[in-house]
Amino acid sequence: MSAALRTEGLGKAFTLHLQGGVRIPVLGGVDLAVHAGECVALWGPSGAGKSTLMRCLYGNYGAGGGRILLRHRNGELDLATATPQQVIEARRETMGYVSQFLRVIPRVATRDIVAEPLITRGMAREDAAARATDLLHRLNLPDRLHGLPPATFSGGEQQRVNLARGFAPHYPVLLLDEPTASLDAANRAVVIGLIRQAKAEGSAIIGIFHDTEVREAVADRLYDVLPQQDAA
Amino acid sequence: MTALLTATGLDLRFGAIPALVDVAIDISAGEVVAIVGESGSGKTTLLRVLSGMMAPDAGTVLWQGQDLRAMGEAARRRLMRTDWGFVHQNPRDGLRLNVSAGGNVGERLMAVGARHYGNIREQALDWLKRVEVDASRIDDLPRTFSGGMQQRLQIARTLVTRPKLVFMDEPTGGLDVSVQARLLDLIRGLSRELGLAVLIVTHDIAAARLLADRMLVMRRGEVVEQGLTDRVLDDPQHPYTQLLVSSVLAA
Amino acid sequence: MTAPETGYTFAYLDDATKRMIRRAILKAVAIPGHQIPFGAREMPLPYGWGTGGIQVTASILGPDDVLKVIDQGSDDTTNAISIRRFFTRVAGVATTERTADATIVQTRHRIPERALREDQVIVYQVPQPEPLSKLEPRRAETERLHALADYGLMHVRLYEDIARLGHIAKAYDYPVMVNGRYLMSPSPIPAFDNPKMDRMPALQLFGAGREKRIYAIPPYTSVRSLDFEDHPFRPIRAPHACELCGSTDSYLDEVLTDDAGGRMFVCSDTDYCGERQAGANKAAAE
Repeated sequence: MSAALRTEGLGKAFTLHLQGGVRIPVLGGVDLAVHAGECVALWGPSGAGKSTLMRCLYGNYGAGGGRILLRHRNGELDLATATPQQVIEARRETMGYVSQFLRVIPRVATRDIVAEPLITRGMAREDAAARATDLLHRLNLPDRLHGLPPATFSGGEQQRVNLARGFAPHYPVLLLDEPTASLDAANRAVVIGLIRQAKAEGSAIIGIFHDTEVREAVADRLYDVLPQQDAA
Repeated sequence: MTALLTATGLDLRFGAIPALVDVAIDISAGEVVAIVGESGSGKTTLLRVLSGMMAPDAGTVLWQGQDLRAMGEAARRRLMRTDWGFVHQNPRDGLRLNVSAGGNVGERLMAVGARHYGNIREQALDWLKRVEVDASRIDDLPRTFSGGMQQRLQIARTLVTRPKLVFMDEPTGGLDVSVQARLLDLIRGLSRELGLAVLIVTHDIAAARLLADRMLVMRRGEVVEQGLTDRVLDDPQHPYTQLLVSSVLAA
Repeated sequence: MTAPETGYTFAYLDDATKRMIRRAILKAVAIPGHQIPFGAREMPLPYGWGTGGIQVTASILGPDDVLKVIDQGSDDTTNAISIRRFFTRVAGVATTERTADATIVQTRHRIPERALREDQVIVYQVPQPEPLSKLEPRRAETERLHALADYGLMHVRLYEDIARLGHIAKAYDYPVMVNGRYLMSPSPIPAFDNPKMDRMPALQLFGAGREKRIYAIPPYTSVRSLDFEDHPFRPIRAPHACELCGSTDSYLDEVLTDDAGGRMFVCSDTDYCGERQAGANKAAAE
């Protein structure tokens, strides 16, 4: 069975035109594969490029070289060369991403933020709202917050909104960038539960987990991300 | 996905000043595409050329495979009141200020042949509700509305005939920041709900990030970079885009 | 009756001008409801006194024609008398107050009650030929709207009336669609008269002197008053009988009779009213 997401010789470098065109290589020759029901934790020192790799996988950063193959709609889509429309479609149907920060339109209610990806996937408005409410409860966000925009929430609360939004649609592939960074022990346990459940349901998960307890609880294996030689 | 609108090789000069230089762009159903760049970069000119309000020196614009210039003014006008909409930066350019809110929303319906007062009024009420204008204001003149309400009214007036593509020229330009957010959410919601394609010109990078699926960066009449919105903003390739992104104030 | 003036061309206008106006009229007849520009001349009457109608009449008038001129339905108001006297002096044509006897009827603000025939022509005096003028002040833009038959704007106006007043408030100069194509101002006739224009056997010509436009409705052409399905066009009439002839279906004028608030409703069409009264007297005498 082919991997849910795999890379072949993925590379990435940044060229900073505002700093005289200096070129900073971050990733090189990354060969990574994750299968359905499996969780791979990216591992490496700070600055090694774990977040960059994550962002490349999601299409947020353009790949510098190599291939990023996503199993999507009964085929494989190379995200390194996909058109924007294909990336958007893959994000809608196949691949979710929970970043460390919540970026949403101001003044939209929390419940609607969580329900939105469900509605774009075709779920009825009421069903989507119900599922959003369930997940927010599970992440210990009380009812009185569901109707408020998250702009004034604490960092931990915002992260839980982000998690609810990421876990709501049951994506076949889920990318988690430090999902428990601002959470207390109780909520960390909830997130561990969510990840395990997603794996059991067949999701392929790639994560960056600084928290050893969480990493050990969910990761099936580690993938080493090695710092690149500075070419400058 | 087949494109609704496809433009290739667009060139336009205003005397010595290049307004469009070999611009190509396409937009498909349900997509929100933002055109960003500083003042004078050719954004608004591009919008005017794509919507047939201005003819390019060279290049073609195809609407569902039909050449815009070949179709004639009558057909273009018909497009403008059926399959297309145009939302102006200044709502006063897009509204009739001496006509009630209901009349403003109903105009496009009447222009395409609606002749039942009750139905027109019902649809006007429904659209006022969608854009969050209180139903009791239906018979009031738009000049008694706030700027944000006027802009929402302009959107209702434009969308009432269910266009496939809406051109928006700095729709949040003259509005308070608090009102902008609400309008952005409205535009995004309506575009999703109606499967509407939106081509939006803006210099507000933050707004473009939240609203647009794709983005084109223009400078001196040229498209210097384009692609997925978050990729253009987070991993900009062109020196100008890097400058533009690094110049945005973080909120 | 005064003898015709000498030293003028027949019917005042020189022949070149008449030919120019006739060409405009032919073009207008060929495109029902479409406004044709023409080179309106200075007339020996001020604008607003029917200079457009007079030029049209002068261009179609022949020595054997019988002219009737009405103003608000009446043959004996200053405007009607002046124009009638003008043509008597410059053309020496016969005039009449009887609708049935006229070959040409020049009118300001009314259509006679008696149905017009194929062998008659009615000439309307028009102050503002552009029905969209109040909605769109730019002439170039209104012409474009006509060219594209883009008339949603006019319906917006009617919509506004219903929204504010519960009904379409336009009581005169009520816009019509001619031959299903051109939006047209019927001149400031009461909306009551609009149905008379539809499929009228007589040729209808419209002249606007100040605005320099001529337009026309050929005989038997469809003329529809704009309306909404659920707010259909209704000709409005004062709910009274004429106090002179007893008519209950003619258009009425309200006339003040004294300073104490006394008033009466009488037919606006004096010829029609007179004929009915004469008929009643005759019947009574027999």
